[in-house]
Amino acid sequence: MSRLAVPKTYKLYIGGQFPRSESGRSYEIVGAGDRFLANAAKASRKDARDAVRAARAAQPGWARATAYNRGQVLYRVAEVLEGRRGQFADEVAAVEGVADAEALAEVDAAIDLWVWYAGWADKFAQVMGNANPVAGPYFNISVPEPTGVVAAVAPQSRGTSLLGITAVVAPAILSGNSIVVVASERAPLSAISLSEVLATSDVPGGVVNVLTGSPAEIAPWLASHADVNALDLCGAERLEWVDLQIAAAQTLKRVLTPEPGVPAATLERIGFFTETKTVWHTKSML
Amino acid sequence: MGFLEYAPAPESRSILQLRDRYGLFIDGQFVDGSGDPFTTISPADEQPIAEIARADSADVDKAVAAARRAYDQVWSRMRGSDRGKYLFRIARLVQERARELAVAESLDNGKPIKESRDVDVPLVAAWFFYYAGWADKLDHAGLGADPKALGVAGQIIPWNFPLLMLAWKIAPALAAGNTVVLKPAETTPLTALLFAEIVQQADLPPGVVNIVTGAGDTGAAIVDHPDVDKIAFTGSTDVGRAIARSTAGTGKKITLELGGKAANIVFDDAPIDQAIEGIVNGIFFNQGHVCCAGSRLLVQENIHDEVIDRLKSRLSTLRLGDPLDKNTDIGAINSSEQLERIRQISAIGEEEGAERWTAPCELPSQGFWFAPTIFTNVSTSNRIARDEIFGPVLSVLTFRTPDEAIKKANNTPYGLSAGVWSEKGSRILAVADQLRAGVVWANTFNRFDPASPFGGYKESGFGREGGRHGLGAYLAPASAPVRNRVLAPTDAGDDAGRPSLETQPAAGATGASESGASSGGSKPKSSRSKKGEAK
Repeated sequence: MSRLAVPKTYKLYIGGQFPRSESGRSYEIVGAGDRFLANAAKASRKDARDAVRAARAAQPGWARATAYNRGQVLYRVAEVLEGRRGQFADEVAAVEGVADAEALAEVDAAIDLWVWYAGWADKFAQVMGNANPVAGPYFNISVPEPTGVVAAVAPQSRGTSLLGITAVVAPAILSGNSIVVVASERAPLSAISLSEVLATSDVPGGVVNVLTGSPAEIAPWLASHADVNALDLCGAERLEWVDLQIAAAQTLKRVLTPEPGVPAATLERIGFFTETKTVWHTKSML
Repeated sequence: MGFLEYAPAPESRSILQLRDRYGLFIDGQFVDGSGDPFTTISPADEQPIAEIARADSADVDKAVAAARRAYDQVWSRMRGSDRGKYLFRIARLVQERARELAVAESLDNGKPIKESRDVDVPLVAAWFFYYAGWADKLDHAGLGADPKALGVAGQIIPWNFPLLMLAWKIAPALAAGNTVVLKPAETTPLTALLFAEIVQQADLPPGVVNIVTGAGDTGAAIVDHPDVDKIAFTGSTDVGRAIARSTAGTGKKITLELGGKAANIVFDDAPIDQAIEGIVNGIFFNQGHVCCAGSRLLVQENIHDEVIDRLKSRLSTLRLGDPLDKNTDIGAINSSEQLERIRQISAIGEEEGAERWTAPCELPSQGFWFAPTIFTNVSTSNRIARDEIFGPVLSVLTFRTPDEAIKKANNTPYGLSAGVWSEKGSRILAVADQLRAGVVWANTFNRFDPASPFGGYKESGFGREGGRHGLGAYLAPASAPVRNRVLAPTDAGDDAGRPSLETQPAAGATGASESGASSGGSKPKSSRSKKGEAK
């Protein structure tokens, strides 16, 4: 007699916890041939605000961790993902309706991307910062620091459910930002499974917060939220993203405009979520 | 004559040979403006200096068209080394005419001649000299090989450091290979127009630098102009918000350098003599018309009384008056509107229960003046502790522990600058790490240098000016599509006229082009070498 499977309940990931939406809403996720896969939580405005609060609370501690430590934590994410390659590949194949080999390739690309960004954690400041030869008795140095809380819409197109969210989250958090990310609406399951990996990879609770549901409904609240410092509209190309950019102007958020597909892995992306601080230290007279 | 009194020592105005009327500077020529001309006055005595043309949107069109032509036909094709030579020429011309520029600046702006002579104008020359050397070294700017200019830059500058802000904008823009349309502030257009003469003397190709004068409407015409690729603005946070809104979705790169409410933190182990001078320099430099002014003094509770006493006695020695007098420490407030704002917010400070002290000094009967003022007993919720006053008004708060100082310092939507005073190096480093501000001065304040990036966190804006980072604000990586070219024929499918003027991307065509152009824009350092590129 075959064993009856135990399906997973997919919930949100906020502040290191896995709550259902406070609204009590869920929506149906289907795979190839409209096969029912799961009911995902449909996050509300309140969930988005809770997520921003959790992200704000977690950010200073994460930013104070050493760069070496943050790099190891990101690398740890890759390690734990590697151990679950099969699980993620099955999930990607089911939700995206792609062949197993294609699903596995996406998982592998996501793992490798975590490794690539992990290595940047203790290097980007060296590449982006410098000493400045000012005309006076000062030691003057410019260094990049995290911008703060980032809100993001993960890529929404087909074939990006795990790689897309990785390409948005990793470059934002490696410098010490925290993030609230709205997962792929149609294929959010890998994002929630990724949250389980984050929760067990020494990423402090609240550093990454994952919302599932309708980006069109949630994104405006994040774009106008006064405690969000930057907005990554990566996967917002089908939303009214210009309106989101306009809403973000009220608190002068840094805004990355939509980018089709999976965003390229670049140092530029890391730098976008940093601020340059320049410190003048007076040198005494000898 | 008392111990602290000096005989008047005014700098002569005879070095200035001003015209009665100034036109707009477009395509290398002074031309008439289409709007009603306005008069620029000296805020020290309210006397008219010259009549200034007002650019309407048709004039801005002409200026942008000239800048575009110059970009397409001359400046973008010129060798970097030649662009650099033009900038070196400008630096030298500024040095040669330094005295004249300083007098004009103090006359039009109201700032003391010793500041325009010793700070503003020398820094202007330094800024051009610094960026001149970058023009043929852009591969090392941090964006990978062969970074590209953006095209036409629209630049709008404030009245507090008129010529210096012009240099901050124009020098990096030209070094990177852009052409510019710059609008000086309505109340301080004079030195920008003298600079236009310097541009002529340098024989800069026509259209590379265009200067249009006017008020907010003129600025809005620049910001909204579809053929402008980059907006650089220094000014109020409200206008910065409006610019961020109106450029949304256009792919224009923007840098905004906005307001501030800087904390100047004095620990009980600070070198007090230097700290007192630093506090004075922090808030009373340029009459407090400084976006990064140290307008919130956070002083450790146990030294509060001593610091305040010494501050008051130091402020009592400051000489307020004729900006052209070489002994003047405090000049005129730039405009009657600004004076009114300072008065209003100071009155609110008193109403909210803070204790007001004003330096004993006689104010001239004509012109716009405000004596150095200190508020003690200020609490963090008071308007004078939250709003940018942009005048010679210092709000004093206290703290007991470093943690409390950091929390109070960061308790503002702004994040432009901060100061830390302590003899303990390890404490300075630790506190500077925690301050959410783009510039931190340790045991000094209000220092500027062309090699040093300047710009804010949070609602103080984004992007950096100065240094290698400031160059990045006017460049895109080689791989990024240039905004005005990406929407050209292939995308827009319209080769009549300038399809590149399309600003709102068609639905579904929001492509990489748009995101590439605008994403890099907000942050100079966001445009960096691609994965795998050697740095």
